[in-house]
Amino acid sequence: MSNRLIVSRRTLLTGAAGAATLAVAPALRSPAIAQNAPLKVGLMLPYTGTYAKLGKFIDDGFRLYVEQKGGKLGGREIAFVQVDDESKPEAATDNMNRLVGREKADVVIGTVHSGVAMAMVKVARDTKTLLIIPNAGANDATGPACAPNIFRSSFSNWQTTFPMGKVLADAGIKNVATITWRYTAGAEMIDAFAENFTKHGGKIVEKMTVPFPEVEFQALLTRVATLKPDAVFSFFAGGGAVKFVKDYAAAGLGKTIPLYGAGFLTDGTLAAQGDAANGIRTTLHYADNLDIPANIAFLKAFKDKTGNVGDIYAVQGFDAAALLDAGLSAVGGDDKQRDKMIAAMGAAKIDSPRGPLAFNKAHNPIQNIYLREVRNGRNELVSIAQKDVDDPARGCKLG
Amino acid sequence: MDLVTFGVQLLNAVQYGMVLFLVASGLTLVFGILGVINLAHGAFYMLGAYLAYWIAAYTGSFWIAMVAGVAIAFVVGLVLESVFIRRLYGRDHLVQVLLSFGLILVIDEVREILFGKDVHSVAPPAWLAGSIQLTDNLSYPVYRLAICGFCMIVAALIFLVITRTKIGMIVRAGAENREMTRVLGIRFDVVNRYVFAVGIALAALGGIVIAPISTVFPGMGDGMLILSFVVVVLGGIGSVAGAAVGALLIGLTDTFGKVFFPSVSSILIYVLMAMVLLWRPNGILGRREV
Repeated sequence: MSNRLIVSRRTLLTGAAGAATLAVAPALRSPAIAQNAPLKVGLMLPYTGTYAKLGKFIDDGFRLYVEQKGGKLGGREIAFVQVDDESKPEAATDNMNRLVGREKADVVIGTVHSGVAMAMVKVARDTKTLLIIPNAGANDATGPACAPNIFRSSFSNWQTTFPMGKVLADAGIKNVATITWRYTAGAEMIDAFAENFTKHGGKIVEKMTVPFPEVEFQALLTRVATLKPDAVFSFFAGGGAVKFVKDYAAAGLGKTIPLYGAGFLTDGTLAAQGDAANGIRTTLHYADNLDIPANIAFLKAFKDKTGNVGDIYAVQGFDAAALLDAGLSAVGGDDKQRDKMIAAMGAAKIDSPRGPLAFNKAHNPIQNIYLREVRNGRNELVSIAQKDVDDPARGCKLG
Repeated sequence: MDLVTFGVQLLNAVQYGMVLFLVASGLTLVFGILGVINLAHGAFYMLGAYLAYWIAAYTGSFWIAMVAGVAIAFVVGLVLESVFIRRLYGRDHLVQVLLSFGLILVIDEVREILFGKDVHSVAPPAWLAGSIQLTDNLSYPVYRLAICGFCMIVAALIFLVITRTKIGMIVRAGAENREMTRVLGIRFDVVNRYVFAVGIALAALGGIVIAPISTVFPGMGDGMLILSFVVVVLGGIGSVAGAAVGALLIGLTDTFGKVFFPSVSSILIYVLMAMVLLWRPNGILGRREV
């Protein structure tokens, strides 16, 4: 099977100096690697910390696809090297340089946290390393920072919440208060929602924020009760999402002011949120009960491999591998035919568990965004909020 | 802001401050009395929350989880003190920082082996699960109010033990002059062991009590550790009363900061700390001669 090397946090600490030295000489990568040597895939994901579970599911999804193809993509054997990015932007450049330099990764898959991903994008641009982002939604990665060698198998922040603006306006909601963490992902998701919501005649009464990754919401919930908006739109993820949804319900606000959110508010968190999440509507590029053949097959295979119920993170990992497969298959596994490989990836049409998946000029997915509602502990499909949503890729000079 | 909203926000502030106090009190004991910087305090807080989740899921009782979780943490504290921490008394802070940082990594790893990486939540005891209607559309969870009361009781207990009992007297004497206490024939080493174990137990208790209103997740101790240090330094190292004052000040600053100055709320508590330290370098209730 695949080689597995785990670079631990401790090894990284001791190796940090070495990595820093190597970082300045990425050009020393040997060009003489035989084509039949395994293609080295660097998985730079959060294996510890707040996003640990997301990292694991992306990892599992990616490996599942490779296993389904017999350990080979486009005929080329795949080897893995893992780095735990701990969702720490300050260590991101070193970690990425280590993967590209010392570990000689041919392709890097990463990561969840947008701050870390943007540091990876910078290194990828400098070293021309092929990078597939399996989650981080920072608009910039397929906006001003877009590059031929940078792909995304997940979503842009803009993409996931923009359709929700029309959904709320169509539901007759006039005044909305928003609440999120004060960091890029939060701002981008709220802004995209607000852009579409105000375009359809809605009004944002207040944009509230809490510092990332703080989870003390009581003061702002009191503020919501005073403002009395028609609805609240929010984005949190992971532990913060669990606590926010539970606090919102415990404050009794859910009874008079419905809570809407970006899909991440209720994704991967429902077991911990329990009844507090019932009835919350969100938009995302996936729904748990998406009744299409690719999804049914995927969920079964994922369950068989890991014992867990697959989710959107696993799908994004799975699709990252499918995207790499599309590229490698076009060049018979020879990743040195770079331009041809990238062209094939950009033109890839993937039958993803989430539905049809294509890529725009900036290499961001073009995909359906679904409206879901939490029922029976799942994010169940209500309708397609908007079909084939294409991120405007503002600031991207490609194509 | 009308009076009712102000009152609710004040309640939010006090309640948050009380939670901070509960966690920081153990840190200030260990830091102030033993002179040991325990960076792993936040990790024990997290461990407490995971124990609460695990034991409550297994037994179905939050109270069993609370008693058992604290007992486990206490025993772990005793063992750690006798194996590692007692070698650190009077040594360089760097050694202590290194050891307790190592403990963080070990505890994280143990947590991962035992409980995995998932986010969990813990149900409060049924009779505390309700909420009280405060305004027309805002209610307040009873459990949050119960935490306030519980923290006040814990604070009073710690205070009474330290100021009114023989053990407290020995602890204070030992903190004041270690050698002289030993010369007088007091088995100060044993007392140290218990003080450390109590500190760890308090951290875990914090995690357990907060678990139902927070979420149980892998990185939950990190933020709390930093806030606890801010509280301890603000209040005066080693002073339990200081920790209470510090925690309330942080609670007020944070809550009203978020309401009135949302864009800078994240730095306000550090600005507060800097200003207080300029005014009283040893903290609000810190001993002058330290």
